[in-house]
Amino acid sequence: MDTFVSLYEGFAVALTWQNLLLALLGCFLGTMMGALPGLGPANGVAILIPLAFTFGLSAIAALILLTSVYYGAMYGGRISSILLNIPGDEPAMMTCLDGYPMAQAGRAGEALALSGVASFVGAFFATWGLVFLAPLLVQIALLFGPGEYFVLYTLAFATLGGIAATNQAKSAFAAALGIGIAMIGVDTQTGVQRFTFGEVHLYDGIDFLIAIVGLFALSEVFVFLEHRGGREEGKDEAKMKIGRVTPSWKVLRYCTPAMIRSTVLGFLAGVLPGAGASLGSFLAYSVEKQVSDPRSETFGKGDPRGVAAPEAGNNAASGGALVPMLALGVPGSGTTAVLLAVLLTLNIQPGPLLFQNNPDVVWGLIAALFIANFMLLALNIPMVGIFTRVLLVPTHILMPIVAMIAFIGIYSITGSTFELTMMVLFGALGWVLRKLDVPLVPIILGILLGNEMEVNLRRAMTISNGEWTTLFDSWLAIVLWTIAIVGFVLPIFLGKRVKKRMKEAEEEGPLSD
Amino acid sequence: MMSDRVLGGVGLALAVFYAWAATIIPEPFSSDAIGPDGFPMIIAAILGVSSIYFVLKPDPEPQWPSLNRLAEIGFALLVMFAYAQVLPVLGFVFATVIITAYLTWRLGARPLTAIFNGVGTSVGLFVLFELIFGLSLADGPLGF
Repeated sequence: MDTFVSLYEGFAVALTWQNLLLALLGCFLGTMMGALPGLGPANGVAILIPLAFTFGLSAIAALILLTSVYYGAMYGGRISSILLNIPGDEPAMMTCLDGYPMAQAGRAGEALALSGVASFVGAFFATWGLVFLAPLLVQIALLFGPGEYFVLYTLAFATLGGIAATNQAKSAFAAALGIGIAMIGVDTQTGVQRFTFGEVHLYDGIDFLIAIVGLFALSEVFVFLEHRGGREEGKDEAKMKIGRVTPSWKVLRYCTPAMIRSTVLGFLAGVLPGAGASLGSFLAYSVEKQVSDPRSETFGKGDPRGVAAPEAGNNAASGGALVPMLALGVPGSGTTAVLLAVLLTLNIQPGPLLFQNNPDVVWGLIAALFIANFMLLALNIPMVGIFTRVLLVPTHILMPIVAMIAFIGIYSITGSTFELTMMVLFGALGWVLRKLDVPLVPIILGILLGNEMEVNLRRAMTISNGEWTTLFDSWLAIVLWTIAIVGFVLPIFLGKRVKKRMKEAEEEGPLSD
Repeated sequence: MMSDRVLGGVGLALAVFYAWAATIIPEPFSSDAIGPDGFPMIIAAILGVSSIYFVLKPDPEPQWPSLNRLAEIGFALLVMFAYAQVLPVLGFVFATVIITAYLTWRLGARPLTAIFNGVGTSVGLFVLFELIFGLSLADGPLGF
């Protein structure tokens, strides 16, 4: 019952005119960003964080705006998958498989409407899952001491690559790089300078927003420069004719079992460490194919269930991914890492204490997610035509604008040339690392969590008088270590196979989730 | 093959440098069990070990862009650096017209379109962020 009371109070927080307006704006911007190839949930939210911060929005208002963008981007990714056969973001790539054939058969409007409803079903029920599961997880998290927290962070890094990781050494390298960057600046425990080499700008450390915007948003500009012209083909007015955009009851009923199965699968994939939305949609599609069409007669040729399943799956996963992020403060994917950055920018430390000390923030946010869902359904069915127009904006107009918003954002929080230069450097670094297949998400997570991780380790060691065995002496710690080790080792054996199957389905999206 | 070996070499150098930089952290007045340099040493070790792995077992070579594409990216990088430097001197509007026009042109637009997009983006963002939302963007000699 407590849960419903809290949720009710959450709605009281979220239902103000300003917050509703921000949610609507966020949903609109998010859908647009999701629809545009090259701008996904991670970099879309990333370039907006500094702006939300400098506009002086309250914590809850900024959160509502940015999580609406996050949910919106998850909805929007399907639009270009269906119309152009180009996934708007990586989780939407499975939607190409049956969405594009449907569009070619003249059923684009139907596919868009169906996937809109499927997105709604996935996200809506995943948000309910969040409501019930997060408080349970908080109960467990309250048992954690500093030692367990250190192990939990280790677990997050060990499993971040996910089951589809092909080279765990590169994940480890990226995590170490990120944590290493986090160490720069004043050591909070003793007050001494570390790795600053007398450079005044480094005394406060490197702001994680600079790294995120550089690595995620600016590196995308370099990718487009590299492939100039290559991604423009196929954009023409003719393909934007979508016809009637109303889902027929018959098709909806036909796809309902697929949506239910995929929502459950996607939610679980989102909650578990190292999975995330891409794997959620992949799992949902593969399982649905096994269940409904074992002899592959209709899947891949425009089966509506092949559109409903991955969309319900990826939106359910993005809701599920919020569970560990809010309850433990440990994100499991790139996009939730960016949302963690949002919280940290607003001086909110997610984790069990957040539920106790700032219940208004948690439940206001959850209420906002429900509201955003209904807004997105309304935006995405009748108004989908507006978003398909956006796809006609050529990349060479769009990418420079994205770059400039990134510059404005960082300049507005720092006002200094030094930080802008650093952001450009991160952009170039991001491009090189993406070329070398070094994942960027562990770097971001390292910069975000590195200091907390060290603080917890040192606290645990101080309590135990320097005995390292303290990291293994509770059953919770041992369970966490086991998951961490299995999560790190398993992809070494399975990663190549899973990756191959995902690749067979579709070539890689613009940014990993 | 070669690219990963180079990455490994650079990573190894970085790990050694990082470990050295950790050793010169000044001794604090009061310290805890592992001190300010303990955790960075662990990080340096992970950097080093994974770098050695890249050298020993490199992944297949990625597809690097041709030399002129590489130069393209290099020039864009230079323009962005220059933008960061001249922003406080020229002011937001002028600096942004130049960089946006450059990027638009290099991403494949005709020069005239590029100039239009440069002016449009710059003025549009200025109106949106400075005049409507009240952020303070960099001021030039003319006050904008």
